[in-house]
Amino acid sequence: MKYKLPLLIAFCAGILMILSEFIPRRPFSQLSGTLESWFLIIAGFAIVLGQLSLLKLNIMKVFSKSENWQYHLAAIISFAVMFLFGILFGMQRQAGLLGHGEMLSNLIGSKPFDYIFINLYQHLMAAMFSLLAFFIASAAYRAFIARSLESTLLLSVSVLVMLGNTSIGAAMTNSLPAYLHLPNISAFIMDFPNTAGQRAIIIGAGLGVIGSSLRLILGIERSWLGGK
Amino acid sequence: MKLIKHIYLLLFFIYPFFLFSVDVNFQVRDYPNDDGRRLLITYDESVLQAESVLIYRSFDGEEYEFWLENPESNTLIDEFDDFIKNPVHYRLVLMPVLDDINQIPYALDFADSATPKAQWFNRSRIPLLLLLILFCGTIVYYITLSGKGKEFYIRKINGLEAMDEAVGRATEMGRPILFVPGISDISDMQTIAALTILGKLAEKVAEYHSKIIVPCRNSLVMAAARDIVKESYLKAGSADEFNADHIFYLTDDQFGYVAGIDGIMIREKPATNFFLGGFWAESLILAETGFSIGAIQISGTANAAQIPFFVAACDYTLIGEELFAASAYLSNNPQQIGSLKGQDFGKIVVIVLIVLGVLLEMCGITAFKAFFTG
Repeated sequence: MKYKLPLLIAFCAGILMILSEFIPRRPFSQLSGTLESWFLIIAGFAIVLGQLSLLKLNIMKVFSKSENWQYHLAAIISFAVMFLFGILFGMQRQAGLLGHGEMLSNLIGSKPFDYIFINLYQHLMAAMFSLLAFFIASAAYRAFIARSLESTLLLSVSVLVMLGNTSIGAAMTNSLPAYLHLPNISAFIMDFPNTAGQRAIIIGAGLGVIGSSLRLILGIERSWLGGK
Repeated sequence: MKLIKHIYLLLFFIYPFFLFSVDVNFQVRDYPNDDGRRLLITYDESVLQAESVLIYRSFDGEEYEFWLENPESNTLIDEFDDFIKNPVHYRLVLMPVLDDINQIPYALDFADSATPKAQWFNRSRIPLLLLLILFCGTIVYYITLSGKGKEFYIRKINGLEAMDEAVGRATEMGRPILFVPGISDISDMQTIAALTILGKLAEKVAEYHSKIIVPCRNSLVMAAARDIVKESYLKAGSADEFNADHIFYLTDDQFGYVAGIDGIMIREKPATNFFLGGFWAESLILAETGFSIGAIQISGTANAAQIPFFVAACDYTLIGEELFAASAYLSNNPQQIGSLKGQDFGKIVVIVLIVLGVLLEMCGITAFKAFFTG
């Protein structure tokens, strides 16, 4: 029963969702929205699980003085500070337990939670994202090496696309006929061979999703139940 | 002076007069293929050129309320919050229009009514239904065929073949294995596919008495991953080695999650990294950090834009459908492998449809494309 019931629920939910795609009449038209709401409710409860896991793990590492325990302490302090400011003074238009914290807000220009979020958190996120530019350069350096026919082709095409997207590429080929202009060649590569390749992957993935869904609905794929 | 005024008035009103001296085809109909809460209101495009267009609505046919003024389109949809059982009446009023005899401005008034009805079948999705029946029917057919003992050939997927080697390497080096199930939540098929692979991988890890770390971006994914890994350890007979704290929640924030995993990679120096699931901008940051610590990296995603990054920075990459096929591939279950054959048939169907569509469009026959695109 422990495994049959989830399989039955998965089967019924899957079939109902497929039917709701084709039957516009209620209750079928509302099924998708209703199930999404149920999912959000469950996800809401699961957030507590996640926070508890996060706190437990970090507290354990600090108390056991494991290697780099200072980082875990920083995580706990950050968590506590944001949690307390959020609970006490709220965020944006929402009030906290102690109201809007006007005194503090007047002093720093916004609510403490929002102040830390805008002035610290967002900049840290931007810093992480900006690393991508350097990683693209280092990955490209390794990928664009002419070792075989395929990699040479990749290198040549990437040079054409990169030059086509710069002003120097346009300037270099200005005197040539339009079909030899680097920006045109670059646009052609991106619009046709590149799009065709991407669509092939997307169609393959779509069929993969249909196959996987069918295996789950029919109960052939049971690894989500621990492989029973 | 009076004559000029009359000429001016004549010029001002004569245009709408010619426009609306004929019927404007004002029609109210049930909106097709819906749940019975919409009506479709249409009229000639010439109506939009009138000075003022007013539409009134009545639920009893007697008292009209103002509904819309000067619409920008000649096709309108009226959506109701509740179901309506009686006809809804509409009046389209165009003004001012000039009287053709006395040149006195007056309003043109058109009326129609309809009752919204719910449909049992969405006809616009017939092509989708046909394709679904074809694809699912074929997959079920091949599953049945496999069940009867027919064997199918499945090409090698290098990324999955390398799984044993990756686990063995981690065990020999005495370092952990890092498994990142992507940043999507549990409702994404990519995450489910990643978790099924995690189950198989965890079984091997348990057999080798190695260690697996699974940082999660989503609490539900964490809960599911814990259960799956626990079952795998039980199956491998190493239940006492299972540690729930190795599967943990980091943060919901995309780059916070990346920062956390990068930190884990730098500190723990895993021998093998698995990046399987839904990945977006963080894919290359993760893969490049993994490369910098010298880990074997196996990645897989169905997000076409991220695949080049993984191909450039990882040792093995599961491209698109390979991620979804992994669970069947690793299971060696004939029925699951049969379903993969069904998918291959689906690909042939898609190729045939594309080629046929292109040829027919080139010949000027547009009905085929129109049937599928609606």
